[in-house]
Amino acid sequence: MDDLINDFLVESIENLDRLDSELVKLESDPHSQELLSSIFRTIHTIKGSCGFLGFSKLEKVAHAGESLLSLLRDGKVSLVPELTSGLLSMVDAIRTMLEAIRETEQDGKESYPELIETLKRLQQPALGTGEAIASPVLPPETATNKIPDLGITPELHANHQESPLPESISATPSDSVIPAMEGGEANSALGTRGEIETAKAAEAEEGSARSRPEDHGQQNQPANEGKRASDIAAITAATAMEDNSSTAIVHDGPRSSNTPAETIRVDVHLLDRLMNLVGELVLTRNQITQVCARQIDPNLTTPAQQLNLLTSELQEEVMKTRMQPISVVFDKFPRVVRDVAMSCGKQVMIEMEGKDTELDKSLLEAIKDPLTHIVRNSVDHGIEMPDQRAARGKRPEGRIKLRACHEGGQVLIEISDDGAGIDSARVKNKALERGLITPQQASHMGERELLNLIFLPGFSTADKVTNLSGRGVGMDVVKTNIDRVNGSVDIQSSAGIGTTIKIKIPLTLAIVPALVVICAGERFAIPQVSLSELVRIEAEGGNSKIEFVHGVPVYRLRGRLLPLVYLKQALRLERDPEKAEPLSTATTIVVLQADDRQFGLVVDEIIDTEEIVVKPLGKKLKGVNIFAGATIMGDGRVALIIDVLGLAQRANIVSESRTRSVTAHEQSSATDEHKGNRQVLLLIQVGLHGRMAIPLSLVARLEVFSISSVERAGFQDVMQYRGEIMPLIRVAEILQIGGGEISEDGPKTIEVVVYSQNGRSVGLVVDRILDIVDENVVIQNPSRREGIKGSMVIQSCVTDLLDIPAVVRAAQGNLIEEHVPEGELVSA
Amino acid sequence: MSSTQQFCTFFLDGHVFGVQVEQVREVILYQEMTRVPMVPPVVRGLINLRGQIITAVDLRRRLGMSDLPKGELPMNVVVRTDDGAISLLVDEIGDVIEVQDDTFEPPPETLRGPTREVVRGVHKLPDKLLLVLDIDRAVDLGDLTVNLGEKRA
Repeated sequence: MDDLINDFLVESIENLDRLDSELVKLESDPHSQELLSSIFRTIHTIKGSCGFLGFSKLEKVAHAGESLLSLLRDGKVSLVPELTSGLLSMVDAIRTMLEAIRETEQDGKESYPELIETLKRLQQPALGTGEAIASPVLPPETATNKIPDLGITPELHANHQESPLPESISATPSDSVIPAMEGGEANSALGTRGEIETAKAAEAEEGSARSRPEDHGQQNQPANEGKRASDIAAITAATAMEDNSSTAIVHDGPRSSNTPAETIRVDVHLLDRLMNLVGELVLTRNQITQVCARQIDPNLTTPAQQLNLLTSELQEEVMKTRMQPISVVFDKFPRVVRDVAMSCGKQVMIEMEGKDTELDKSLLEAIKDPLTHIVRNSVDHGIEMPDQRAARGKRPEGRIKLRACHEGGQVLIEISDDGAGIDSARVKNKALERGLITPQQASHMGERELLNLIFLPGFSTADKVTNLSGRGVGMDVVKTNIDRVNGSVDIQSSAGIGTTIKIKIPLTLAIVPALVVICAGERFAIPQVSLSELVRIEAEGGNSKIEFVHGVPVYRLRGRLLPLVYLKQALRLERDPEKAEPLSTATTIVVLQADDRQFGLVVDEIIDTEEIVVKPLGKKLKGVNIFAGATIMGDGRVALIIDVLGLAQRANIVSESRTRSVTAHEQSSATDEHKGNRQVLLLIQVGLHGRMAIPLSLVARLEVFSISSVERAGFQDVMQYRGEIMPLIRVAEILQIGGGEISEDGPKTIEVVVYSQNGRSVGLVVDRILDIVDENVVIQNPSRREGIKGSMVIQSCVTDLLDIPAVVRAAQGNLIEEHVPEGELVSA
Repeated sequence: MSSTQQFCTFFLDGHVFGVQVEQVREVILYQEMTRVPMVPPVVRGLINLRGQIITAVDLRRRLGMSDLPKGELPMNVVVRTDDGAISLLVDEIGDVIEVQDDTFEPPPETLRGPTREVVRGVHKLPDKLLLVLDIDRAVDLGDLTVNLGEKRA
């Protein structure tokens, strides 16, 4: 693409993003000449550039917007919500056209005649104002009513508009009798009346007025002065932050503030490459440092130390180039809040704090969607309608507060609202209803644990759950996204008062401090984010300090039982006889935090902490979720990075479906079923009478689908599920029990147990999902039947233990036979 | 007139295999590997190729052959695949040879087992048969489930 066009695109898209937030800000501060000029300048630049580059449609839209803005700037029209909306849709239109230009180098087919018409119509009040200056007398009742000072002018204009704005008018008690006037005259008139404080009059003098309906509510309050002061404080704080960021960040356009253009534009890929190279350099440095540690040669030691320092410094600086302030994401939210609030008739203001908090660009990308989701949710479901709020004695205008700050090498983001809050009892009931927790588990759960259930996968997907106080829709996706960047989410809420969601994410993903441990002769890196502490139990009576609860090793850590996971067993590392086993009789426990669970990882030896460069595992190994990647150690060899959450899931510390099991289960539970061990089992009904159990650890999700979503591919029922095609297996059919057919006249929904294998999901259609129980699995009657492991007694009913892998194999076997002619069947 | 192709050849248990030269990134000597737990034994480990971490697939194991005798070290043929570079562990590296397209034949019907899965066909050379390896199939590790670990134990 033409360089000129490319530059134009990059610059314009950046500017548009800023426009969104500036326009919303302008609504609350319509006086700001600075904002107005900045907005005007941006549109003017776009118009000018596209005229030059020959994008005539884009130019027309921008021109209409510019004309309107120039009237606004000169105070000839004032900012009413409709006008802001008009300008915002202009921004959207321009953005769409820019996208079109990026793809086709043409400004698209759409020429937005309606938008241009609207923008032109919005210019009309200007004429009205001019004619109406004539009647300067203010009716007494208006003055005594203490009409919000700043509200005057827009209402006046509204009178003369072709389409009066209902929200403006309803906000004014006696709109029809107020004559129009310019700010100056209003001032003198008010002054002579003496009923209105001079301070307010002075504000009116400043020129144009504010008009947002939300603002009226605010200003009707007697505590008007104080509120405004705080508003202004917030805004100046925000501006100050912007100034900060613009000097530090390459990506900010040079024109974003008054600071001289000390920045240059750098391609992000170049920065990525630079980061990679620094990563290599760090590794090489680590190597050299190791060599030096073995030799005492001052000729080498001094430069090596120097290299060490320089590398660290370089690494830090290069990391900084990738850092961006969180305002890049935050600045989109005023608009989001405004749009959502308007569409559902709510009044919401957004406050932001710590916008200059910086974090890695890739992380910003990763948190953008989850944050947007949470903010939308807060407005949509958290904040109540104005009348409800009033009834509860809250201000009609809801508040959402976003806060970001650094906290111990991590970034903490808090989204809080003063809305209705989440009713934990309802969450509990819903979770029980969905079979996500057992009643026993529920009774053990605290308020906070209950609230966190909304992040459970099964909690949100089916329609009938979505009306649960609205929250929880897609919250599992939020959690998944945050998990992916090694972050954590926590929710706190009190009914009637509000909700706070806390997100913690690491500063960067590329280079992380990690603890290097040895297990069975192999080195593993454990990201320090998950590390709580290290415990070493000395040899004397060492093993006696490790106790067993039903075969599960635990350690009493300051009086609390810490479940232990032996890395060697968890990873099935056979001892490599060639590698010398360290002669250590002590037990070393690495205490780790996964989600909100703590567990101890028993390793052979702890080496050191080291800055490691996270490198992805090849795509072929993506399916192994216990490793977060690999890194290259000082000696040039590769070491695997342990994914603490994945390991915890594998070891059942946090079970995969994220149900909070009360105890940690024995790793090898599936293999020695004859001995009997406690397992959480899902009870299902197959066919008319078949009562079966599945270990819950094998279940990815429980779903209810409508029959209409079942499609057919080849010889098999399938359905679209989370972006993939999921085959459906009717358990009753495989086991040759009656029932389970998907038929037209049967129930309209099917209940499906989703089982994941190699990242591929298989849906097991069952007749009913009955219950979840925590049972001692003792198979009394080993079965020879394919797909059934045996029978046992659960809740005093005979229940078959289903062998899911066998069922899936059987189903796939059927399929292959149907497809492949017999001669082709490959013998092994 | 038939066109020609260049093959990079290597040896596995006495057989001659070949991959198209364009797919080969480089050939390197044996590298220390880091074992990856919980994956099929076909994955021998990870190697560090100038800062890039590459999965090494043991072709002997993939083809169901016995491991190299102790003390003999395999070589790495680093190939490009859709999923990034992967190293194929082979006994020994051979020459790059040019073959005519018309000497190619699909694998014989009687060829069974894992070899059948990964051999695309055979080039009949004057003195030997060159088995053409289908790289994508050779490095397809298939089911990398968590369950796999269970079965191996």
